[in-house]
Amino acid sequence: MTSTHRAPEGGRIDRATTVEFTFDGQTLTGHPGDTLASALLASGRHRVATSTKLGRPRGIAAAWAEDPGGLVQIEEPFPEPMLLATTVELHDGLAAHGLPGQGRLADVPDSARYDAVHHHADVLVVGAGPAGLAAALTAARAGARVALVDEQSEAGGSLLSGTDRLDGVPALRWVAAAVAELAGHPEVLHLQRTTAFGSYDDGFVLALERRTDHLGAAAPKHVSRQRVWRIRARSIVVATGAHERPVVFADNDRPGIMLAGAARTFLHRYGVLPGRQAVVFTTNDSAYDAALDLHRAGVRVQAVVDARPEGSPRRREECEHAGIRVLSGAVVTGTQGVERVTHALVAPFADGEVGAGSAIACDLLLVSGGWNPAVHLFSQTRGRLRYDEALGAFLPGEQLDGLAVTGSAAGVFDLAGCLADGQRVAGAALGALAIPPAGEDRLPTAPEPVVPAAPLVLWRVPDTSGAEGSTSFVDLQRDATVADIARAVGAGLRSIEHVKRYTTIGTAHDQGKTSGVLTSGITAELLGIPVQDTGTTTFRPPYTPVAFAALAGRDRGRLFDPERVTALHEWHVAAGAVFEDVGQWKRPRYYPQPGEDMEAAVLRECAAARTGVGVLDGSTLGKIDVQGPDAAVLLDLLYTNLMSSLKVGSVRYGVMCGVDGMVIDDGTVLRLAEDRFLVLTTTGGAAKILDWMEEWAQTEWPELRVHCTSVTEQWVTLPVVGPRSRDVVGTVFPQVDVSTEAFPFMTWRDTTLDGVPVRLARISFSGELAFEVYVNPWYAVAVWQRLLEAGRSYGITPYGTETMHVLRAEKGYPIIGQDTDGTVTPHDLGMAWAVSKKKPDFIGKRSFARPANSDPLRKQLVGLLPVDRQTVLPEGSQIVEFLADGRLPPPPVPMLGHVTSSYRSAELARPFALALVKGGRSRIGETVHVPVNGTLVPVEVTGPVLVDPEGARRDG
Amino acid sequence: MQLIACPWCGPREEVEFSYGGQAHVPYPDDPGALSDEEWAHYVFFRANPKGRFAERWKHSAGCRRWFNAIRDTATYRFERVYRLDDPKPVIP
Repeated sequence: MTSTHRAPEGGRIDRATTVEFTFDGQTLTGHPGDTLASALLASGRHRVATSTKLGRPRGIAAAWAEDPGGLVQIEEPFPEPMLLATTVELHDGLAAHGLPGQGRLADVPDSARYDAVHHHADVLVVGAGPAGLAAALTAARAGARVALVDEQSEAGGSLLSGTDRLDGVPALRWVAAAVAELAGHPEVLHLQRTTAFGSYDDGFVLALERRTDHLGAAAPKHVSRQRVWRIRARSIVVATGAHERPVVFADNDRPGIMLAGAARTFLHRYGVLPGRQAVVFTTNDSAYDAALDLHRAGVRVQAVVDARPEGSPRRREECEHAGIRVLSGAVVTGTQGVERVTHALVAPFADGEVGAGSAIACDLLLVSGGWNPAVHLFSQTRGRLRYDEALGAFLPGEQLDGLAVTGSAAGVFDLAGCLADGQRVAGAALGALAIPPAGEDRLPTAPEPVVPAAPLVLWRVPDTSGAEGSTSFVDLQRDATVADIARAVGAGLRSIEHVKRYTTIGTAHDQGKTSGVLTSGITAELLGIPVQDTGTTTFRPPYTPVAFAALAGRDRGRLFDPERVTALHEWHVAAGAVFEDVGQWKRPRYYPQPGEDMEAAVLRECAAARTGVGVLDGSTLGKIDVQGPDAAVLLDLLYTNLMSSLKVGSVRYGVMCGVDGMVIDDGTVLRLAEDRFLVLTTTGGAAKILDWMEEWAQTEWPELRVHCTSVTEQWVTLPVVGPRSRDVVGTVFPQVDVSTEAFPFMTWRDTTLDGVPVRLARISFSGELAFEVYVNPWYAVAVWQRLLEAGRSYGITPYGTETMHVLRAEKGYPIIGQDTDGTVTPHDLGMAWAVSKKKPDFIGKRSFARPANSDPLRKQLVGLLPVDRQTVLPEGSQIVEFLADGRLPPPPVPMLGHVTSSYRSAELARPFALALVKGGRSRIGETVHVPVNGTLVPVEVTGPVLVDPEGARRDG
Repeated sequence: MQLIACPWCGPREEVEFSYGGQAHVPYPDDPGALSDEEWAHYVFFRANPKGRFAERWKHSAGCRRWFNAIRDTATYRFERVYRLDDPKPVIP
């Protein structure tokens, strides 16, 4: 198909090169520099899609991100839903189709890269139109660190869409010179195709740079597709321009109806004639430029319909000179045409009343209701807006620290004014930053501005079609009409926020760029209140849609969250370990042999540890080095038991509570010296407990001379567990006397292995004879292999966390956070022995004296044995009891507590569980019930220690 | 993304910090001497004003040190930060 609507010359497209693309399956051509929208228009195609709710044909209605009509789905080069034809740059091989308001996510993974860059600037300028360029030049010339971002493919802003001249030559020459000058300043960052989409606290702006989208399949793989710029600026200049505002009338949504300024953009920037026969409907002078430019380019302008009673005398004269008919005091009341507008219905308009009309043939209806400054970034930063009666628009209504608005975003609409205002605002920003201005800061001379005739503020044309506003579209993307607003107001809604949610206006892809202020105006009109009182809905980021992939950047897949592995990880992988995530750690859960499932592997591993010897990688255990003359004082305050009496060379188990007396962590403490302890925490508690210690040491007892530091990753911990562990450890470390007498339970010894320092500790988390081996991670594999070698004849068995859990549960050792939940005291766990009665105070002590703490009905940790010797109770199961008559109490059945840990025991040859049960210790011997899959399983309540309750095994 | 001025490191992004609740709630000298109600006030009761509030903050992803701040809970603005050993400022 040929480009039937391409102007013979002009536009910033590369006519020497032709690119081929498909739209809705049809092959079309365009040129580099086109957008998908301009290429479609050049092919005579306005219609892009049908509307989401009503299925009405819709087309391209604007030239950039404010377009509510041209939603497309990209198929090639990569599937992407919900883009605007107006913002998709054309490239060879692009394939797209129109969307009825809803897209389809790609069903293939996105292989493109996305990344983020942090940037700091003295002055961030958003928008490279005349005001923004002037501001950037002024700041750059003063030597400030400037960042200039602009969402278009090239700088120039509104100058790209017009015929302005500066210093007597086309204005784009000045733009090119300004860009070149900025490039010469080493401290200037200038980014095109970069949309500042969010403005946040303290000069923080997020911007999205589209780096390779415009290259299509030619995009280099090593360059990120999109990049989020996280810019922190000391001062921000918002020069984001203005969006043209439509006027609402009946059937104002047909393809071929577009904003007047957009037609100028398509003509001047892309060399496209958006139609052959145009009617221009306006309330202000700016649309006359479109009428005259299109006329000069060969479009037959049937009429300019100006709603103002007197129109614009100067503009009327220009039109008459060109032979264009001007109808003042007239409006477009409706349109005809289904796939594309064929006629505009024009009628006289005076004092709000519409007279009898006539149809004017056209295939293009241009509309201008004035301009809305793009105040999004200002408003996102909580800047207050004020309504300007003359413009019918909201403008920045206050001065913000560190953020200034300039150019048409601030309501300055003439070129000379924009240049001067950009320079002024940048100068003020430099002043606030105490950066001296440059001596020479010349800006080009723009023609003397002509004062336009006063615009008319007209939100909507009274509906004379009989449809009562139901075809007068306010938000084209949501198919929301004047009738919908009337219904909202009729339902009693007064707040613009409520009207928005009731009608859904402004909630679509474009977030109300063309519909927002119209809604405020029409709502105010219907309520009979000033527009200022209605206000606008809240502007929230993002200004334009941002892909989740861009926000995720590189933080996805393996980089989403750190993975921590121990020094033995490769060995575990090679041994076929099945891993589980414990916080960020990857820990071996069990090591299945061929044909084994988890249950079989764990039973085998448990048996080895109880009858022979097992070995565990316990390196993830939290380790905190506590040093200083007052180290013992701090630990006495934080642990419920006494740590100061611990002898050097010994180990003590301890419990920590919050001020509320509830257990927060437990573990062992090694006293390394009079003034030095090694505190062991749970894997999950490592960071939390270090923070807890720091909090008290810094905020309550800063006088204590004590320092805490994490040494979790400085030591691997390898528990060697089981009756044969002494033989293994004695073989590997021959310098150590491993006899019970020389190396008793709960002591530690330092030794060396081939000159490498090693620490051994008689600590047991299984109840068996056990030695924990501590060594620098560099030597972890060597030590591990020596242990395996020494244990080979005893059948030494590596075991994982699942076996560790079974072994400890058989001994009734709780896991804090699994068997406790923040409402459990040491006494509830049966650990009154770990609570000092000698110490005058420690964290949590006072709370133990509360009456609730001695309530006999508190939940207590007990063991449960399913009577059928078969059922493994699901963890989390509730516990109930029968009435004396053997039946359940009537609902709601009182819950006695819940199962906290549950496993199959090799040692007991039956399943068992730990549970928190109301008054649990007084129920030992009783039978209670646990619902499992719809049946009530009888379980016997026991003490929590089911294996070796007398503790006979710890010394082997 | 707000900037919070750590008294030790200078302004840093808010994600580096964690909140520690109301400041100037000292651990009682002798908890054993308190009634249950007095102890409960220490453990559980905190002010929740709209406006200026003396709070504890920690530069958890930075120097890991605690400090105090006067922050306006309505605007989120940090009006001043001060070290733990500085006296509590008079809140107007």
